[in-house]
Amino acid sequence: MTEIREYNHERAGGQPSNDWPAYTSTIKRHPQRQPVALKQTLTEITGPTFTSGWTGPEATDLTKQHKGEPLGERMILAGRVLDEDGRPVPNTLVEIWQANAAGRYAHASDTHPAPLDPNFTGRGHMVTNEKGEYRFLSIIPGAYPWRNTYNAWRGKHVHFSVFGPAFATRVITQMYFPGDPLLEFDPIYNSVPDEAARKRMISRYDPNLSEAEWALGYRFDIVLRGRHATPAGL
Amino acid sequence: MDAKLIPTATQTAGPFFHFGLLRPEWADLTDGGKAKGDKIVLEGRVTDGDGAPLSDAIVEIWHANAAGKYAHPEDAQDKPFDPHFRGFGRAFTDKDGVYRFTTVKPGAVPGRGNALQAPHIAMSIAARGLLHHLFTRVYFVGEGLNASDPVLATVEDTARQRTLIAAPNGKANGATVWRFDVVLQGKGETVFFDF
Repeated sequence: MTEIREYNHERAGGQPSNDWPAYTSTIKRHPQRQPVALKQTLTEITGPTFTSGWTGPEATDLTKQHKGEPLGERMILAGRVLDEDGRPVPNTLVEIWQANAAGRYAHASDTHPAPLDPNFTGRGHMVTNEKGEYRFLSIIPGAYPWRNTYNAWRGKHVHFSVFGPAFATRVITQMYFPGDPLLEFDPIYNSVPDEAARKRMISRYDPNLSEAEWALGYRFDIVLRGRHATPAGL
Repeated sequence: MDAKLIPTATQTAGPFFHFGLLRPEWADLTDGGKAKGDKIVLEGRVTDGDGAPLSDAIVEIWHANAAGKYAHPEDAQDKPFDPHFRGFGRAFTDKDGVYRFTTVKPGAVPGRGNALQAPHIAMSIAARGLLHHLFTRVYFVGEGLNASDPVLATVEDTARQRTLIAAPNGKANGATVWRFDVVLQGKGETVFFDF
């Protein structure tokens, strides 16, 4: 008899629908049929595990991955990975990637005519500690144009990939910045129906995280699906 | 349920993820061939509603070892753990929309209650144009347990059920190649799961 402690289902309005034509890349890529409801099994409540110390310091300091320092405003980006009940999620892999201060990715397909920065790749990763904490040093990414519609611009953002304890808790998301005037016009940000869930994707400027004469502090907590308190055998 | 915090919503990985998520070593789940079990190659093409290949998709897989045990603390089964098999893989699609993993054929794992699940691989697909990653499962044609698998049984339309079943497609370096294409939209659309 296998008892399964299920992960909570996603809340209505709390997640984007893939059928969202305002983001034109979805038009030919979203499934047209409803997904089939699957009762979670051992497959869904397990997932890849990571050990602390698996990544080195060069992976968390994005300003020291090249000979010189990148241009831009230095940013300490820190937060916790939590579940819905506020419990820390330790030993899970957090991966980030972002554009440079001019709004250009170190990616061959990015043709935006903004300068590349030879001292910035924009990639970092680390495994959360026992308190679910992560911390990166980076620079604030720039906004950039994209061809979704005429003269469309994406707000500043950092991409996040987080695993959590199970295949069911996998999240790939984007972190935005407070007060960014572009968010109002961004169909990717606005694909999440619930306003509180949208705001969850905006980081918070934290003066206590900033370091004097050195770097601005932005805090961003990531909340993964919580779990049922009691197991379901059948 | 006593949940208090709002979960973080997903967003698209966009088109520029490659340098950020690059882990070429994760496409081989066998630890360079040391994992126990029948070596297989799992490959396929990811296509959109026009049948065009996705050259910018991330495919991730998760599955049990050859004995049917997950490398995870919540798998309490009395089955052998394989130190050379972690169970997780990541691959990007290439310009032709093709992803490829080297792994071992998973054993059967328990379902709910006293049910047994047929051998399968859990898969997630993320890409530009997908605001939320998609979950599907890969089963293997010819497995006796397929007929009684509780998840396959939830897909009543047999034509749709076939979208979940990989077929052998020759050999590569002695390993059976299993083909599993993913159709995101339209004719032959793959079954995706919500859980």
